[in-house]
Amino acid sequence: MLAKLTGFLLLGFIRLLTGAQARWYGCPPKAEQRIYFANHQSHADLVLIWAALPHELRSITRPIAAKDYWTKSNFRRWITTEVFNAVYVDRMGGKAPADAAPDPSAPVADPLEPLVAALQSGDSIIIFPEGTRGHADEPQPFKSGLYTLATRFPDVVLVPAWINNVQRVMPKGEVVPVPILCSVTFGAPVRVEPGEERRPFLDRARQAVMALRDV
Amino acid sequence: MSYQFLRNMDASQQISALFLIVFGVLMGFSVYGFVQSLREQPDTPLGDARRMELYNARGLLKTSWLMVTIFWVGWVLGDGVANALFGIVAFFALREFITLSPTRRGDHRSLVLAFFVVLPVQFWLVATRHFDLFTVFIPVYVFLALPVVSVLADDPQRFLERNAKLQWGIMVCVYGMSHVPALLLLNFPGYEGKGAFLVFFLVFVVQTCMVVQHMVGIKLKRPASVPNISKSFSWVHWGVGVLAASVLGALLTGITPFKPGQALGLAFIAAVSGSLGHLVMKALKRDRGVTSWGFQGMSVTGAGGLLDRVDALCFAAPVFFHSVRWYFGL
Repeated sequence: MLAKLTGFLLLGFIRLLTGAQARWYGCPPKAEQRIYFANHQSHADLVLIWAALPHELRSITRPIAAKDYWTKSNFRRWITTEVFNAVYVDRMGGKAPADAAPDPSAPVADPLEPLVAALQSGDSIIIFPEGTRGHADEPQPFKSGLYTLATRFPDVVLVPAWINNVQRVMPKGEVVPVPILCSVTFGAPVRVEPGEERRPFLDRARQAVMALRDV
Repeated sequence: MSYQFLRNMDASQQISALFLIVFGVLMGFSVYGFVQSLREQPDTPLGDARRMELYNARGLLKTSWLMVTIFWVGWVLGDGVANALFGIVAFFALREFITLSPTRRGDHRSLVLAFFVVLPVQFWLVATRHFDLFTVFIPVYVFLALPVVSVLADDPQRFLERNAKLQWGIMVCVYGMSHVPALLLLNFPGYEGKGAFLVFFLVFVVQTCMVVQHMVGIKLKRPASVPNISKSFSWVHWGVGVLAASVLGALLTGITPFKPGQALGLAFIAAVSGSLGHLVMKALKRDRGVTSWGFQGMSVTGAGGLLDRVDALCFAAPVFFHSVRWYFGL
């Protein structure tokens, strides 16, 4: 109840500040199982894409939240689990201990495990394949998680998305957000072609996201 | 017969009737949309297109409901709420303006100040009838305060440009817009409580000028006078538009506290400043390489930008307001 109310108020607040405009180019908002993958420039990306999705899709779509950031305080943990219904992931690409000898037989906790579980239960997910927030104009090279998920769940539709302007709303270190229109552009679905290698696919996916910047 | 019936009602009953009609139409569309959404769409490109159409139509309908409801609430609750409503319009207009004016990190605090301090204070000054302070608050005090805040962010890159943009946005969207509700509160002797008609006079005259100018442009092809800024603007069309607006103003004398000659003159002033202000805003859009203030073709109104609709008013309102105040010594 409290979560619903918070979600409702938050949605109104985000719309007032940013418009949270969803622009569907290439695919309609449709209740099928999807992986939305988007560029990542701010922690607020998660909130914006959540707000931009239409209500019917929001309830079946789970965004990915970086565990270290979104579980830092009780409030953050509560809002990501109760309101956004997020899936926590340990951020990949962090500093791997250099002296840890790679041991293929050791049971390493797979960071994709929570995402696989969410997909298996039929939910759609929102991921940021760059892994960390970018500060340049162009997104960083995509991490391989997207490819792994795409090959493991070939029936799930992969929808690229471009999130625009969020970093202007609340730059790092500021507390008060500024009203600036933001939009999320959803593009035509991509799929792993038969026999396509990891790297070419990831580059193609990244191009698909970047192409949405100018439509 | 129904016309006679409408004529015999008093002003507030007429407005109620208008709202009833609009709400009825919206209700009809909503029911139709709901029935349509019950039909199953096939998983074909055609079905996808229909789904997209329904989605867009639903968004537009929702916006219309919201706007009409807001206007209705504003009308029911009186001047204070109407003032707040214009404040909200100014907020959305400034949001569109800032979105298309690249700012840097160092501008963040100035922007916060502009949206959350300057804007509310300006409209509060209107509501409390501090007419002298409200006239100088932005051009004098804010004009100094905002650059100081930007300076403290310690970023000299494109400093003049960034500050000029913010200043312009505030002047047009906040300062200009705040003069519209100020008309509601102007105290004409023997005209108390009828400020709404002055607002109506201003809006109607300015919009007529714009529409006539546009229609004449379609019927009567003339070479553009400033082709690099506007493909459609020509002095001939403009002259016809202003003339039509001035005549309309004179015809509307009955609802204003003016004499016919004064109404004609004030309508002329409002039409000239509104239409030329619109042209100036076109130049700003050209500079940014966009055709509309709406974000990539979409905005709160669902089509085009809000600022595109109200920019003429933002320029006309301060000129009209101060002309009236000066001429009648109010």
